[in-house]
Amino acid sequence: MQTSPQGALPPSTRPRLAPASLGRWLKENLFNTWYNSLLTLVSLWFVWVAISSTARWAFATARWEVIPANLTPLLIGTYPRGQVWRIWTALLTVAFLAGATAGTAGGRGKRVAAWVAPLALASLLFPLRWPTRVMLGAAVALVAGGYWLFRGKRRLWPWLAGAWFFSFPWILFLMWGIEGSGAMPRVETSAWGGLALTLILAMVGIAASLPIGILLALGRRSSLPVISWCSTALIELVRGTPLVTILFMAHLMVPIFLPELRIDKVVRAMIGLTIFTSAYMAENVRGGLQGVPKGQYEAAMALGMSGPLTMLLVILPQALRAVIPSIVGQFISLFKDTSLVAIIGLLDLLGIARSVIANPRWLGLQAEVFLFAGLIYWLFSFTLSQSSRRIERALGLTKPS
Amino acid sequence: MLSHRLRSLVVVCLLVFGATAIAQAQTLERVKSRGRLVCGVNNALPGFGYIESDGSWSGFDVDFCRAIAAAVLGDPEAVEFVPLSAAQRQPAIQTGEVDVLIRNTTWTLSRDTEWTADFAPTTFYDGQGFMVRKDLGVAELEDLAGASICVTRGTTTELNLADTMRARGIPFTAVVFEEVDTVYNAYEQGRCDAVTSDTSQLASRRAVMANPDDHVILDVTISKEPLGPATRHGDNQWHDIVTWVVFATFFAEEYGITQANVGSFESGNPEVNRFLGKEGGLGAMLGLDDDWAVRVIQAVGNYAEIFERNLSPLGIPRGLNRQWTDGGLLFAYPFR
Repeated sequence: MQTSPQGALPPSTRPRLAPASLGRWLKENLFNTWYNSLLTLVSLWFVWVAISSTARWAFATARWEVIPANLTPLLIGTYPRGQVWRIWTALLTVAFLAGATAGTAGGRGKRVAAWVAPLALASLLFPLRWPTRVMLGAAVALVAGGYWLFRGKRRLWPWLAGAWFFSFPWILFLMWGIEGSGAMPRVETSAWGGLALTLILAMVGIAASLPIGILLALGRRSSLPVISWCSTALIELVRGTPLVTILFMAHLMVPIFLPELRIDKVVRAMIGLTIFTSAYMAENVRGGLQGVPKGQYEAAMALGMSGPLTMLLVILPQALRAVIPSIVGQFISLFKDTSLVAIIGLLDLLGIARSVIANPRWLGLQAEVFLFAGLIYWLFSFTLSQSSRRIERALGLTKPS
Repeated sequence: MLSHRLRSLVVVCLLVFGATAIAQAQTLERVKSRGRLVCGVNNALPGFGYIESDGSWSGFDVDFCRAIAAAVLGDPEAVEFVPLSAAQRQPAIQTGEVDVLIRNTTWTLSRDTEWTADFAPTTFYDGQGFMVRKDLGVAELEDLAGASICVTRGTTTELNLADTMRARGIPFTAVVFEEVDTVYNAYEQGRCDAVTSDTSQLASRRAVMANPDDHVILDVTISKEPLGPATRHGDNQWHDIVTWVVFATFFAEEYGITQANVGSFESGNPEVNRFLGKEGGLGAMLGLDDDWAVRVIQAVGNYAEIFERNLSPLGIPRGLNRQWTDGGLLFAYPFR
């Protein structure tokens, strides 16, 4: 990146450089002095060694067959095979809502296709079973259908937000089922696992920590001392404790202190993750609240708005808008933090990866399985950060690049 | 108003404590009414507990969970497996979160008492052993005189090694590493002549080495790690059931009863007939029916079959886990 004053000039007045040839560009940038030449050569050698040995491992040594063979446990854990349709139903629900959201948000068709097409292609290229491919195809169709149906219908947005809200209990209901029913028997959470569990933990954490975080942030700024002290104490206590400790507390201490109260293991992890993320969320929101000028409060007061109304309609929208990047950053780190539940015995994506490589048939394939798990984590985190950038751009927080 | 609240609080407390007291007594009833056994296991220990490619649980410890479910509920699949970390074992057993804990847990005095656990017969006698390169021609501990031995730092393994070698007067050099993975890498690269750890770990690590056949695990054990199922203190009936399910697998091996022939097994031995439920009414004494032992063997086979299915592929030798008639420690108590 050049930061010369020329960069500030409009493009038309920039001095036109002669179109440089590749050789000239190399000479000017990489081989202009003897030490730069040396550095270039050494770096090239390092890059070559790294790439060639990685490629040799990836294409010759690595036994990738472990991934397709164990794809089902990696994705859904030990969920009963006869009940997989429930997870598919949940996924299709999300696919439709995602498509509809892209439609109302005015996402361009090309961009939706750019996300969906690789998925469809991958489902054909990877050695999946046909029922799986059909269901993936249905998911793609639902994304497209949702997009097409809701295209440009901005006023339907509140309905869609409501649908997203109710999709959480709906998905949990699908996963859990009804005790003693024939078609949808109860599936205990100890059978939940794999990517599905990771996504559920992250989803619940995200959905619960934002409102709780906002309440904590408002509480911390409250003029009522008890509320303010309590909020501050909670935030600082949680922020001063590692997540692992909180998870261990939730898992080991709760059953000892409250033996009468049998809280489900997965629910305990959800509570731990939510409490932890809420504290950080509260600080993010507080940062946004502090950025809102005092004049906004005064203007609202002058218009005769009550305190809660001022907060809800004037202050919070501005505060949250300003901190969207850090909120989404918090979501991404929550998504990755869910991997810590593996050490308290939940079989999330990472936990199930450890179980898969303990299978005598696949012993010693840690690298392949963990690389695959890492790729999945990256894929979701990258998608999240991309959508955050889109939202920022749509709100005019950053200039389109 | 206040007294009313206080009274309802007292009632709630009494109800809760009453419910706890009932819950603590009858694990058998709880398992039966729930329709499944809740079994605490290890989810990532090669050979003992892991997840198959089709998403089902598998392993040596897992099979004993299935055996108990078969005896109590008649269905080896009626098990809810709860993966537990090492630190979670005690609260899980203490609070009754699991009905039985079968997660490579060494039976020690402090666990028997402070964990408020009751241990059923040991299903796997593990112990610290040694792995060496085959071409060294080492057969017993004395042959390791002057050898360098790789070991993990700060473990009981390291202490056991030093104690044993000093007691036997065998000179050696310890090559110490912080990480378990480093220990085996160093050994495989030839930085030490031998490596020491629990035999089951040595075997599973050997299985993933470049040339497993170049290495041999010595038939030498220098520490005691008896691993077995544990139940909560105070429910004797439930503990009896778990105990005798384990004995049933020992007994079946001793008398040649297998998964294949248990349905049609004929014998003139009255003890075998009592085992098979043809006479004696032993099941009723446990609170089960007479076919309980037959169902255990039908579900998972006898001890030898369980061992060969899960641990033999890893190259783990029977060692101490042979029948007492073959010089091992497996000794089924009389079915009488």
